[in-house]
Amino acid sequence: MSQIETFYEVMRRQGITRRSFMKYCALTASALGLGPAFVPKIAHAMETKPRTPVIWVNGLECTCCSESFIRGAHPLAKDVVLSMISLDYSHTLMAAAGHAAEAALEETIQKYKGNYILAVEGNPPLNEDGMFCIVGGKPFVEQLKHAAQHAKAVISWGACASYGCVQAAAPNPTRATPVHKVITDKPIIKVPGCPPIAEVMTGVITYMLTFDRLPELDRQGRPAMFYGQRIHDKCYRRPHFDAGQFVEHWDDENARKGYCLYKMGCKGPTTYNACSTVRWNEGTSFPIQSGHGCIGCSEDGFWDQGSFYDRLTNIKQFGIEANADQVGMAAAGVVGGAVAVHAAISALKRAQKKTQEKAEG
Amino acid sequence: MASPTTNIPADDAAPEDLGTVRRQTAVYVYEAPVRIWHWVNAAAILILCLTGYFIGSPPPSMQIGEAVEQFVFGYIRFAHFAAGMVLTIGFLGRIYWAFVGNHHARQLFYVPFWRVDYWREVWFEISWYLFLAREPKKYVGHNPLAQLAMFFFITLGVSFMIVTGLALYAEGAQEGSLTHDLFGWVLGLVWNSQRLHTLHHLGMWWIVIFMIVHIYVAIREDIMSRQSIVSTMISGTRVFKDDKED
Repeated sequence: MSQIETFYEVMRRQGITRRSFMKYCALTASALGLGPAFVPKIAHAMETKPRTPVIWVNGLECTCCSESFIRGAHPLAKDVVLSMISLDYSHTLMAAAGHAAEAALEETIQKYKGNYILAVEGNPPLNEDGMFCIVGGKPFVEQLKHAAQHAKAVISWGACASYGCVQAAAPNPTRATPVHKVITDKPIIKVPGCPPIAEVMTGVITYMLTFDRLPELDRQGRPAMFYGQRIHDKCYRRPHFDAGQFVEHWDDENARKGYCLYKMGCKGPTTYNACSTVRWNEGTSFPIQSGHGCIGCSEDGFWDQGSFYDRLTNIKQFGIEANADQVGMAAAGVVGGAVAVHAAISALKRAQKKTQEKAEG
Repeated sequence: MASPTTNIPADDAAPEDLGTVRRQTAVYVYEAPVRIWHWVNAAAILILCLTGYFIGSPPPSMQIGEAVEQFVFGYIRFAHFAAGMVLTIGFLGRIYWAFVGNHHARQLFYVPFWRVDYWREVWFEISWYLFLAREPKKYVGHNPLAQLAMFFFITLGVSFMIVTGLALYAEGAQEGSLTHDLFGWVLGLVWNSQRLHTLHHLGMWWIVIFMIVHIYVAIREDIMSRQSIVSTMISGTRVFKDDKED
């Protein structure tokens, strides 16, 4: 493995100064929630460890993960990423095409057997033997299984790979299936979001390189450092939530004042992500800050949780679309009506019995 | 029924009244902890339903002052959490009492599923409610149908609400908290917290339906059955209106 160059060497070769490199290390350390003492550790790891080869495969997806990835806040992040990832194989970014590209993938797999990280963007559809997504003339599911066989670990980029996203939304005609249900024998890190935040993506890879292990994961297999808290817990509009001050309509005075978007169906209280702390596009903003509720894109099945603009989810299992309150009120109404009728009959029966008893003496 | 007496004595006890008194029998059924639990539980459920409804559909925005000076929704949520904790502790206390209290205190927690005579009695109660049986039977504790309803609505229903409720609370308390350690696994089961919210919300209506039926049946039985119902949960004593055999 000694012939593989280090990240630092790659970066220097690409004309990145040491100063920029140290800035990147400091930024990443703080993004990971680590103290200043870890900056030299990250730098040391980047300087000495052979770079981790990453194979990036694309299934059913929209490439928003790649788009997010190359927009890392720090200009260096994308360079790091691009040099980090073996560009031998990445649909969107590689220069090669056709048979040459497929051969390059095979070569990378053979060369770094058991040492590369497989990054999956999108997911495989399983219906019709996977014919809904063809890569290099074969169903994507075959490529995925083949590439995962010798991978050290698998990263599921985005909601597609992690949960299925829009193509897996009911009724899921292609049977789009998240990666962890296809690859069951490898450690899988889910980095959900539609797309995930760029800093989160680079942070996860840097952590794995620096500490030679997977980051701490939550119950769903997401890195706890980025997905440990809800948007709601760190939302700057939280005081308006506690005060009971809500946006009632999109164009009302409360919307202009920046009140809480809870009534407009904001999914912040049910969504685990780092948007309200890390934010997007070099820390510029995030959905709630720009006046739109969170849609919960980093949560399982977020397309199937009713409208983005309803607080209460519509439940379709009852045949018609209705939320919990409508279902409950209908049920309570039926029971209440039945009780009233039953009470009336009871009263009649009782009166009848009394008259009878009186007559019998 | 005796014919009305024309000479009612000064203490309002006519001879036929005294006759009934002699025929009445009473059993001490619900011990004080069971009764206290019942009413505390009822109050907690009432608060939980009201505040819970508002948490799903908040009241109109209020402009009392700046956000820092006003805590309207915060108080609603606080009342919900406080009542939820009271309900939880009360339920745990009730389970404890099932072990140390009298045998009536255990009825809530099981259904004698394999006993044929139990199901025969259930069917009899159903026929009584369907106006098919002319005379109701006497029951010291819950009647078999009531036991079945109590088990599904209260024992299972309240357990479900406590577990899902504490799992939702654990989200706010965050990882590392005691509630998260104890109930975080629930979120790992349903994955999307929005789903958990919906399930918890449907659970509320499950309890509301129980409330409607429970209150109606308790009052109806008090009037039409052969034993006291409502006052039994206040005094603990089941009074029978006659001493005839079943």
